[in-house]
Amino acid sequence: MAHESAPSGFLLTTYEKAVNWTRTRSMWAATFGLACCAIEMMATGAAHNDLARFGMEVFRASPRQADLMIVAGRVSQKMGPVLRQVYDQMAEPKWVISMGACASSGGMFNNYAIIQGVDEVVPVDIYVPGCPPGPQSLLHGILTLQDKVMAGEIRR
Amino acid sequence: MTDGITSDQILGPLAAAFPDVEFRQVNDPPQDVALVAHGQYRDFVAAAREAGFDFFVDLCGVDYLRRQPRFEVVLNLLSHVHVRRLRIRVGVPGSEPTIASITGIFPGADFYEREAYDLFGIGFDGHPDLTRIVLPDDWEGHPLRKDYSVGSVPVRFKGSPRAQ
Amino acid sequence: MSDTPNVVTGDFETPTVEPPEEQAGSSPTGATRREMRSIWVAGTEETAWMRNSTDEGAQEMLEASVDPAIQAERGIPVEDDFLETEATDNDELQILNMGPQHPSTHGVLRLHLELDGETIVRVKPIIGYLHTGMEKTGETLTFLQGGTNVTRMDYLSPLHMELAYSLAVESLLGIEIPERAQAIRVLMTELNRVSSHLIWVATQGADIGAVSMLIYGWREREYVLQFFEKVTGLRMNHNFIRPGGVAADLPDGWEDDVENLLDVVPKGVSEYEELLNENPIFRDRTIGVGVITPDECKALGVTGANARASGIEWDLRKAFPYSGIDKYEFDVPLGKHGDVFDRYLVRMEEIRQSLRIVRQVLETIPAGDYRTTDRKVTPPPRKRIDESMEALIHHFKLFTSGFKVPAGETYQAVESPRGELGIYLVSDGRERPWRLHARTPSFAHVQALPTMMTGSLVADTIATIASIDPVLGDVDR
Repeated sequence: MAHESAPSGFLLTTYEKAVNWTRTRSMWAATFGLACCAIEMMATGAAHNDLARFGMEVFRASPRQADLMIVAGRVSQKMGPVLRQVYDQMAEPKWVISMGACASSGGMFNNYAIIQGVDEVVPVDIYVPGCPPGPQSLLHGILTLQDKVMAGEIRR
Repeated sequence: MTDGITSDQILGPLAAAFPDVEFRQVNDPPQDVALVAHGQYRDFVAAAREAGFDFFVDLCGVDYLRRQPRFEVVLNLLSHVHVRRLRIRVGVPGSEPTIASITGIFPGADFYEREAYDLFGIGFDGHPDLTRIVLPDDWEGHPLRKDYSVGSVPVRFKGSPRAQ
Repeated sequence: MSDTPNVVTGDFETPTVEPPEEQAGSSPTGATRREMRSIWVAGTEETAWMRNSTDEGAQEMLEASVDPAIQAERGIPVEDDFLETEATDNDELQILNMGPQHPSTHGVLRLHLELDGETIVRVKPIIGYLHTGMEKTGETLTFLQGGTNVTRMDYLSPLHMELAYSLAVESLLGIEIPERAQAIRVLMTELNRVSSHLIWVATQGADIGAVSMLIYGWREREYVLQFFEKVTGLRMNHNFIRPGGVAADLPDGWEDDVENLLDVVPKGVSEYEELLNENPIFRDRTIGVGVITPDECKALGVTGANARASGIEWDLRKAFPYSGIDKYEFDVPLGKHGDVFDRYLVRMEEIRQSLRIVRQVLETIPAGDYRTTDRKVTPPPRKRIDESMEALIHHFKLFTSGFKVPAGETYQAVESPRGELGIYLVSDGRERPWRLHARTPSFAHVQALPTMMTGSLVADTIATIASIDPVLGDVDR
């Protein structure tokens, strides 16, 4: 599998590209919808903005079967350990999209109850701004993640 | 006893049974408020339920900080039969914030009293399970008290000299 | 069954071979192996698993009169230790944790289930996983900014939250709202009720197993959201209904959009009813499930469609009308049994009644101001700022420090899609609330879950949770 210590060369680079391509074309997300952003995430998967055409056919409830965790919504102090546990249960390679203002930075809730940015708990690859981000913004974020993985910028 | 309350068909008998309770009407359209003393709280709530206010709506706490008594528990009841609301306010001293629990009268007060305990530190005597509900179990302090800060953190901007 | 042969015999006539004696710890020597091979016939060797087999031999059908399975079905007592079940004692009760990350708990709700087999003995809901401290944040925001905060509590019906908040602030301010603003508020909140119930039926169907409902419900909701985006600028969490009126007037061409909605949504609702109403699986999973009686509703504070499905005839729009909603004609559907199916029927009918109100608003909306003209509360029109110094100062003061609200306390409630949604507001005469408390319906409904679930099966919990329409932002705030 492609990792940092793999030797480079024409055959292996093409192999890496093929692996990256397969990873992006069937990235299944774990259901981690918390608040308002979850509704827009579900709307992105629904009829008008169809996520399935980009390979994200289903949202897996079990993190063990998922590649991508879209943290959609505000993460409270009580939910932080749960978030970390679900992230740890996912198998490599895994990616995290922080959807919305609350997940990216605490949003408008700069108070005692909300973790100010989910990147304090899990490593984040893509931040999607918005409150909530519309389906088109989330799609842009997912496609950017796919481009990054294809280009090899994110190596797992 | 407030003027004119005796003429009120529903609240009149209640006022007669509890002469120390002050009844007010606030705002327009008017809302009925009953200011009840600490010791009479549970009896008054039971009597209000008998008088027709049998729908439990809301129970919350308020922190008035520099007033005596410091805290207040506000109970909101509704009567379907008479199509009326009643708001019951009872003061809770800050030095020893406990008050009777009304879960025996209205089982719906369960979660609400737990929330008032969690966020204000008001104890409820007779509550079956008075534990924290919205905050983690090991949280210290009661956030909605006025002497508890909102807990905001300074916003970090990339590249700013204060960025840690 | 001691007379069962332990070698499978076929049609061909072959000698049965006795396997050689197995000596413990030694394998057959080359000579014995060759010996074994010379008298083997292919297909008759007995493999190890057959030697240790535990099957009961050839399965044959017993006579119907003596077959214990058929007798058990018919209720004739059968002596068979497999069919007897012992009562489980308390040591065997299993605790199952559902959530907080779960596809069917409608957010981050956690349930501790104590199970006896598949039956629920006790259930304890654990909430707080979405606690946002909104009541504390509300104390730090001005009354004009407060809408942005409360709108995110019940994020499926944000306009109702804003309306309750605005009504509370206006009640303390003592100002009158112009009729057009009231009509716009009714239009937006009734459409919000439609979009919220569409999500509800989508998730209810999906939780029960009709997964295609997820796509159907969101399909119709998109049209409503596109209308909201046109009017308010946002698909969700609009901050459109503000103290004093609404933020902006309806855009040109809104009548055509509403006509389109009134055309498309009822067709969709008819499709859902065709899919679900007579569906035997849906009916089996929802009729008689999650029952709550009217007395329990009153004691626990269950309101909205859940209470109406139990037979309580109570709708805040009829009992304590607000925002001029008593001008419009509409019916309030009632259920009888208080189960999941009745809640479904009540909500489907509520969608139709809300569209009825929307049609009446469309036909009778008056011309006029979309917000009050009291300059101490509402900002002046933008072009006046260039012309008048006073307008500029008003604008500046309103958006920096905010308007002051006279001291007092008030409770204002609206009928949100989930039930009675109230705001208890205490003001001390300054620009920020002293105490902002939201009486949210889902908090009481989650509290009522044990009453609805005890004694039922685990599968019924999913149907019950979906049917009370909880929104965890409402529950935890």
